Amino acid sequence: MRNIWTIARREYNHYFISPIAYIVAFAILLAIGIVFGINFFYFAQNSFQNPSAVPDISPVTGVFVFLLVLSTPALTMRLISDEARMGTLELLLTAPIKDSELVIGKWLGGMLYILSLVAVTLIYPIILNGIKFGSFTLLPGFVSPGLDINVVLSSYLGLILIAGVFLALGTGISAMFTNQIASFFGTLILFVFLWWLVGFPANVVPGDGAALFQYLDMKTHFYGALSDGIINLSDIVYYVSLIALGLFTGTVAVEMRRWR
Amino acid sequence: MIQVNGLIKDYGERRALNSITFDANQGEIVGFLGPNGAGKTTTMRILTGYMPPTDGTAIVAGYDVVEESLEVRKRVGYLPETVPLYTDMTAVEYLKFMADLRNIPNSKDRAYETLERVNLADRADSYIGNFSKGMRQRVGLAQALIHRPEVLILDEPTIGLDPAQVVEMRNVIKEIGKDRTVLLSTHILSEAQNLCDRVLIINKGTIVAEDTPENLQSRLVGSQRVVLRVRGDSDGLDATVKKVKGTRKIETKDSETIDVRPQVAKAVVQAGYELIEMRPVGMSLEEIFLELTQDNAAGKKS
Repeated sequence: MRNIWTIARREYNHYFISPIAYIVAFAILLAIGIVFGINFFYFAQNSFQNPSAVPDISPVTGVFVFLLVLSTPALTMRLISDEARMGTLELLLTAPIKDSELVIGKWLGGMLYILSLVAVTLIYPIILNGIKFGSFTLLPGFVSPGLDINVVLSSYLGLILIAGVFLALGTGISAMFTNQIASFFGTLILFVFLWWLVGFPANVVPGDGAALFQYLDMKTHFYGALSDGIINLSDIVYYVSLIALGLFTGTVAVEMRRWR
Repeated sequence: MIQVNGLIKDYGERRALNSITFDANQGEIVGFLGPNGAGKTTTMRILTGYMPPTDGTAIVAGYDVVEESLEVRKRVGYLPETVPLYTDMTAVEYLKFMADLRNIPNSKDRAYETLERVNLADRADSYIGNFSKGMRQRVGLAQALIHRPEVLILDEPTIGLDPAQVVEMRNVIKEIGKDRTVLLSTHILSEAQNLCDRVLIINKGTIVAEDTPENLQSRLVGSQRVVLRVRGDSDGLDATVKKVKGTRKIETKDSETIDVRPQVAKAVVQAGYELIEMRPVGMSLEEIFLELTQDNAAGKKS
């Protein structure tokens, strides 16, 4: 465990001196800010005409999740590929740590970085809801009577799980290639497949086949599910299995490097 | 400390190591000598637990490198040929990271301590990216020493250093080699000669010779060679020296320690020549090395 933490901490610190990580953070936070702003002012002006609309946090989490598809490959591409290119992988592979600890540590480092970005976006539910403890209001929010906190938590849980999946798969692919660009595109192609392509056959295949493809589609476990405050065990199992798959693939890929 | 038995490593079709057997004891500096691609780095990578061998066994610090790889790695310090450094870290950050990976308590103090040992304490807080080749090499050595390992494996530790740094590096290695096992590879023969207690000459994946540098030299030379410079008519000199040579050959076969120079001198002087200079020439390790590795290559071809 301690080794995982050592690796993760170095990786986390490295993100703060890496221009790519800053570009990703800037792009994600800017896009979310714009989408939130537009939604905020739209609802502020139209709430009288459309009083049934229930305010929720999907303009933040929904957008964040979509941006993860495009940006996590940039965060994971160097994780192991770059170590292999610089020769420092030899250092890590002759240190007394297990290959799985190395891979999990790398993943956790990326996870901590994404969690930092997620933490920044908590400003938006706070803007809407304010900060309240029971009947005591520390900071008033903009919507009344406030947000459904459980839906907010569920959305964020989904967001964090999806970030975990993308980072795990990206780490796994980064372990396969020595070239960062190869890792980037390999990861992006996999994400495009899992996010958009795998669900398409569900529209044409009849019966149980459709259900299978629908289950494989990453989106369906978030939109209309966790994003709406519905926590199903099957959705959690789906995401956690993908995280395990990514980390396992990464460990095997690192092990295979030893045999080469 | 290191026991290697019948180590074989194949890279696809190519056999990089062909049944290597040797051992190294505590307090011994063993030199691995061989041309590029001879299998030095491959052997070291197997001993450090980086890659498993195709066949054969290796026991380092009492543990099997395949079965108990993690235990071996805890006890081995390794400096690879291309020094693996994170250029975005300062020297002390880097060493602290390595110390943390090895679960060393007070890792920061240990990092400073080790930097002092390789004479780099004054640059502890500088970024490794700005370091010269020699300084990087020293940071790499510090990394290999951070956990005070029982066995130290150094792949070409003095390559790319300036002469002063080479001397400094050798002193550090000698100091460590007093109570620990050091295995180092080099293709600089003088280095093997003045650093190592024992030298293994490796070529094309096989050990072609193993002995102390001195023994290796005398064993391979087999006889003493003398340069003569004489003044006078050269007629008859050949015959005179030949006469001496003949007797010497018989004598040296009995004992290698007999100094032939007085006899040669006497014979030459008695024959009426003025002896200007006479000095013994040992066959250099360079020549031995070339002879061994080339013979081996020729032998394989035929």
